[in-house]
Amino acid sequence: MSKNETNHKQKASLLSIIPGLGQFYNKQAFKGIIFFALFLVFAIEMALTGFQALEGLITLGSIPRDDHSLFLMIKGTLQLILSVIFLFFYILNILDARKIGALRDRGEKINTKTLDILKNLWEQGFPYIFTFPSYILMAFIIIFPVLVTLFIAFTNYDFQHIPPFKLIDWIGFENFTNIFFLSSYRATFMKILVWTLVWTFGATTLQIVLGVVAAVVLHQKHVKGKSFFRILFLLPWAVPAFISIMGFSNMFNDSIGAINAQVIPLINHLPLIDIPAISWKTDAAWTKTALIMIQGWLGFPYIFVMVTGVLQSISDDLYEAANLDGASALQQFRSITLPMILFATAPVMITQYTFNFNNFSIIYLFNEGGPGSIGWNAGSTDILISWIYKLTTGQAPQYAVAAAVTLIISAIVIAVSLITFKKTNAFGNEEMM
Amino acid sequence: MSMKASRLINRILTYGFLGILSIIIIYPLLVTASSAFQATNMAAFTLKLDANWGLDNFQRLFSETNYLSWYKNTIIIAVAVMIVQVTLVTLSGYVFSRYRFVGRKYSLIFFLVIQMVPTMAALTAYYVLATVLGAIDSYWLLSLIYIGGGIPMNVWLMKGYFDTIPREFDESARIDGAGHLRIFVQINLPLVRPMLAVQALWAFMTPFNDFLLSKFLLRSNELLTLAVGLQTLISNPREQKVALFAAGAVLAALPIVVLFFFLQKNFVSGLTSGGSKG
Repeated sequence: MSKNETNHKQKASLLSIIPGLGQFYNKQAFKGIIFFALFLVFAIEMALTGFQALEGLITLGSIPRDDHSLFLMIKGTLQLILSVIFLFFYILNILDARKIGALRDRGEKINTKTLDILKNLWEQGFPYIFTFPSYILMAFIIIFPVLVTLFIAFTNYDFQHIPPFKLIDWIGFENFTNIFFLSSYRATFMKILVWTLVWTFGATTLQIVLGVVAAVVLHQKHVKGKSFFRILFLLPWAVPAFISIMGFSNMFNDSIGAINAQVIPLINHLPLIDIPAISWKTDAAWTKTALIMIQGWLGFPYIFVMVTGVLQSISDDLYEAANLDGASALQQFRSITLPMILFATAPVMITQYTFNFNNFSIIYLFNEGGPGSIGWNAGSTDILISWIYKLTTGQAPQYAVAAAVTLIISAIVIAVSLITFKKTNAFGNEEMM
Repeated sequence: MSMKASRLINRILTYGFLGILSIIIIYPLLVTASSAFQATNMAAFTLKLDANWGLDNFQRLFSETNYLSWYKNTIIIAVAVMIVQVTLVTLSGYVFSRYRFVGRKYSLIFFLVIQMVPTMAALTAYYVLATVLGAIDSYWLLSLIYIGGGIPMNVWLMKGYFDTIPREFDESARIDGAGHLRIFVQINLPLVRPMLAVQALWAFMTPFNDFLLSKFLLRSNELLTLAVGLQTLISNPREQKVALFAAGAVLAALPIVVLFFFLQKNFVSGLTSGGSKG
C-alpha cells in the first residue's frame, strides 16, 4: 500500500504549533502570513501588557494608592477574554493545517493562490463571517461585565475597601455564606425574595389573564368595533413605560394624587359604596397592590396582541366540528382555544415572568422601593434587582454582596426558565434542544 | 334559559368588560396628557374640564429645561442602535435559520441563557469600564451596550421568522448560480420586511425605555436622555414641574405611538411566528 508515502497531515499540524508555519508548509503562503501575523501581534501584546494584566487579576495589586484593584481586575478580565479568543484561533490554526495536510496526503488539489483561498473562505465560512460581529460585540458587552461581576462576588469590595486608597482582596465564598447564614442579611434577603416571587407571579399572571381574556372576548364574531378596541388596547404598550410609570406614581400620591382625589370620590357616588382615601405610597401592602395593578395595565397589551394573532390563525373548521358534536362554548374554549394559545405562546409567557422578576423600572420609579426600610438599604417593596441597585448606589455601598446576590438570582432565573422551556417543549420543532 | 336571554347576557358582559377596560386604559393617559395643556404650577395631575387650557407648559419646557437636547440625544442614540442592531440581528438570524455549522447549537442555547441575565449583573463593570475609557457622559458605549443587550433575544425572534420562509426559493436560486449574498439580499430579505419593521421599531425604542443604564452613565444635565431628563422634573413634586413633565411626556410619546400604530399589523405575525414555532 502506497497510502502513506507522504505524511503532510502530521508534519503540518506539528509545524502549526507556531501559527502560520503549518500553512507555509502546505504552500498556502497568504494564509500563513495572516496566521503568523496574528500570532505575532498576540505574542507582543502578551509580552508588553498581557502577562502583567493576568497577574494583576490574580493579585489585585499589592500597594494601596499605587495599585488600583478594580482597574487591575477589569484589565485582567479583558486580557482573559482576549486570550480565550486567541486560543480559539490557535485551535483553528492547528485544525486547518491538519485538514489541508490530510487533503494533500490524499493527493487532492488545494488552493494555493490568494484569490482561491479568499473565495473558499467566503464559500465555506459564510455563516461565521455573518455572525462574527455579533459574537465579538457580545463578548465585550455581555460576557465581559458578567465575568467581572462573577469575580467581584468573590472579593471584599465594599465601602470600606474603595480603591485606590484600599486594596480589594479575594475572600472566596464569604459573601455567599453571609447572605445565607448571617442572620441580619438572611432576614432581609428572605423578605425580599418572598416579595419578589409574589410580585413576579402576581403581576405576570395578572397581565397574562387580562391579555388572554381581552383577546378572547374581542375575538367573538358578533363584537362590533374590533379594530377600534384593538388600537385602544395597544396604547399602554405604545406609550414608553417610564412615562406611564412616572404618571402613575404621581396619580397614586396619597394626598393629592388623582386616584385619591378624583377616582375614589367618583366611585363613591355609586350607591352603597364608601371607600376612604387609600395610603398608596405609605402603606406597604397598598403600594404592592398598586404595583401589581399597574404592571397588569402595562404588560397585558403584549399578551393581547400575541393571543389575538394565535386566535386568528385557528381555523373555523375546528369550531364548526365542535358545534356539530354539541360542545358548549365553555367546552370549546377549554379544549380548543386555550390549548392552542398556550402551545403557541408559552415561551413568550415564560419570558414575561423573567422580565418581571427583573423589572427594575416600575419598582424604582413608582415609589423607589419604599415605603419604609427593612434593613440593609432595602425598602419594603424592593425586589431583588432594585435591592442590588440600592446596595451598589446607596450610602454605604456593598458592591461584593450586590454581585453575589446578582449571581444567585441569575442562577435561579436561568435554571427555572430552562426547565420550563424544556417542559413546555417550547422549541419543539427546533432539532437542537 | 332561552337562547335570546343568554345571548343578551353575553352581549352585556362583553361590552361591559370592553367598556370598563377601555376606561381603565384611557383614564391615566388622559389625566397625564390633559395636564400638559392646563395652567401651570400643579403638584399632581388631574382631569378637569373647566381648566385654563394653554400651551404655557410647552413654552416653559423649552425655555427652562434642556428638553430639546434630551430629545435630540435620545434620537441620536435611537437611530444608531436601530441601524447597527437590526443589521447584526438580521445577519445572525438568517445564518442561524439557514445554515448548519459547528457551534450553531451551543450558540443558540447560549443566546437563550444569556438574555436572562439581568442588566444589573453588568452595571458595576459598565461603570468601571466607562470610567477607565472616559465614556461617562458619552454615547458610544451606551449605544454599544444597548445593541449588545438586544442581540440575543432578537436573534431568536429573527431566526424564528426566517424559519417560516420556505427554502424552495433558495434552492432554485442556487441552481441558477446565485451566491450566498445574492440569495440573502435578493430573495430572503424582501420576504422578512414585516419583521424588519418590528425589529427596527423595538431597537429604536430601546433608549426611550431604558432608565437604568442612562442614569448610570450620563451625568451632565444637557447630555441626558428623555427618560432620565423627564424624571428630574417629576421626582420632586415641590418644584412644581410636573406639568412640564406632562408636556414633555406628550411630545416624547407621540411619535412612538404613531410609529407603533403604523407597524402594529406586523407585530402579530412577527410575534407569533418568531416567538413560538421555532
